[in-house]
Amino acid sequence: MMDVGLSHFVVVSALLFCLGLFAVMKRRNAVGILMGVELILNSANLNFVAFSRYVQHTIDGQIMATFVIVLAAAEAAVALAIVLAMFRNFGNVNAATATSLKR
Amino acid sequence: MNILTEMIRGWFGPDKMSDQMVLILSAVTLATLMFVVMALCALVFTWMERKVAGFIQSRYGPMRTGRWHGWAQAVADMLKILGKEDIIPAEANRFFFSFAPILVLLGSLLAWAAIPWSPNFVSADLDLGLFYIFAVSSLAIIGILMAGWASNNKWALYGAARGAAQMVSYEIPLALACIPVVMYTGSLNTSDIVIAQQGGVLNWFLFRNPFIFVAFFMYFIASIAETNRGPFDMPETESELVAGYHTEYTGMRFAFFFLSEYANLFLVSLIASMVFLGGWWSPIPGTDFAPALTFIIKGVLMVLLNMWVRWTLPRVRVDQLMYLCWKVMIPVSLTCVVGAGLWMMWRGQA
Amino acid sequence: MTAADLIFYALAALTLVPALWVVGSPNIVHAGFNLLLTLLGVAGLFAWLGADFLAVAQLMVYIGGVLVLVLFTVMMTRVPQAREADSGAKRAILPGLFALGVLVVLLLVATGTHWGAPALTDAQPTTAEIGANFMTSYIFPFEYVSLVLLAALIGAAILIREPRGTEEDDEAGAAVETAEEEVQS
Repeated sequence: MMDVGLSHFVVVSALLFCLGLFAVMKRRNAVGILMGVELILNSANLNFVAFSRYVQHTIDGQIMATFVIVLAAAEAAVALAIVLAMFRNFGNVNAATATSLKR
Repeated sequence: MNILTEMIRGWFGPDKMSDQMVLILSAVTLATLMFVVMALCALVFTWMERKVAGFIQSRYGPMRTGRWHGWAQAVADMLKILGKEDIIPAEANRFFFSFAPILVLLGSLLAWAAIPWSPNFVSADLDLGLFYIFAVSSLAIIGILMAGWASNNKWALYGAARGAAQMVSYEIPLALACIPVVMYTGSLNTSDIVIAQQGGVLNWFLFRNPFIFVAFFMYFIASIAETNRGPFDMPETESELVAGYHTEYTGMRFAFFFLSEYANLFLVSLIASMVFLGGWWSPIPGTDFAPALTFIIKGVLMVLLNMWVRWTLPRVRVDQLMYLCWKVMIPVSLTCVVGAGLWMMWRGQA
Repeated sequence: MTAADLIFYALAALTLVPALWVVGSPNIVHAGFNLLLTLLGVAGLFAWLGADFLAVAQLMVYIGGVLVLVLFTVMMTRVPQAREADSGAKRAILPGLFALGVLVVLLLVATGTHWGAPALTDAQPTTAEIGANFMTSYIFPFEYVSLVLLAALIGAAILIREPRGTEEDDEAGAAVETAEEEVQS
């Protein structure tokens, strides 16, 4: 095995991204889909930080990652509020059954 | 840390070990030391708690075990807990049930690493000190949720949900109350925060700025809620929820929850003493003979204050608890941050 | 292989192995608890890369905020330990093939590209620099993000409100507030 370098991080991030993608497509549970989105965001963050360390030598990548973390928190709050509203209206959190805008 | 690495180098001869080995050894030593201190303070504080409760309720508390004011009662309790049968409920999720207490304890143990005991003894002198302490404490929240869910018991789940909601909410005023101090020092490093308070009681952050004075009380109230102690002990309200999220736990696993409760109590008290009460500096300038002892005494006094509150005030309701946090404490803490900033613009750093 | 490399592989395993359960576990609560380990692993990788502020922010916002919210929602929307009818192997085929295809392309790119010679410097504390950047070059995005957070907070509070009567917006606001406080510090 070679020394850990940028490509290692890109590989880990690619694996994480594809797992997240798979979860988003496969899961029916709305919270499960959200978890997949979190995995995708984390893989993007990992790339930002790795590239900022290995290639660019500035802090910009880390700042981008900070913004991603903050927006992920906002996204989770809104998404989970939607999930709870969905649960109230349809009685479950299955993304496939939520087909109407009103009850 | 440096002293310790030097000592380890000295014992094993200067050239026998690589730097990495020395680092790992000193980390292990420090972690063990912190764990022992944690266990000891849990022992002392359980005894102290009973004596304080007894004093407030006009009775004696433990008097028999170990002759002098029942000092050995805590030791006896510990032995009893360790000797109990380790039960995992049949319907519980075994893996998460055993993993949760470790996570809870890990949260408090990790936070202890950044406490500055004296000018030259900080286990991990992190640039992010205070932020790191608040961040790792959040591991305990997940641990509590995990414990409540894995027990497969409705009381445990209610207790866990209450505990997590309470801790997530009160983390905000807790951190906001410390921000004025961080604005003064311009650093999150725990040692820097203490060093900035040199020069007697008037230089402690508590008395530097009226807004920080208010923030201290916000911090104190939030810290009681954060450690889940009375009058905010919603997660374990024995009259409603049996014993909250640790209803199903016995023996060693229960001891972990117990240990982390007292470790957290001492932790928030030490942070209060570090951030607001001058840390290791003694109140009179020039009398700093025993920095670590001064620091610990301040921490223990804060613990006593905490116990006083716990045994004096009646328990609040859940909705009152949330009302207090979101509609009183967060606005007041935010005002403190803004006010402290304006005060700094007006009066300078003094 | 140095000790640092070993730590990297351990952290990568801590990130990826629980992620398999996040994706595949039929029990959504198990998926949530495994997400904890994945997020911890990513925080560890950030620390490995010398991004200390991000590692701690990840702990604070993701684990202390987002994950708690996720677990809350999971527990509020179903009975404890119930199984989710979500494990149909048949439905997993098409998404699986698609994700695998994407993975193959990404891996080919990742291993086939010459990324240039890394010239690493020692990791420095990053907090002060990030903070200074927020207040200078990134001031507009920073303020804009604060606005977005406020909008998300209000939006979540309105969404979660009972149609009429009492409102119950506390938990939904928690993550946003945590994030806001993280930005302010």
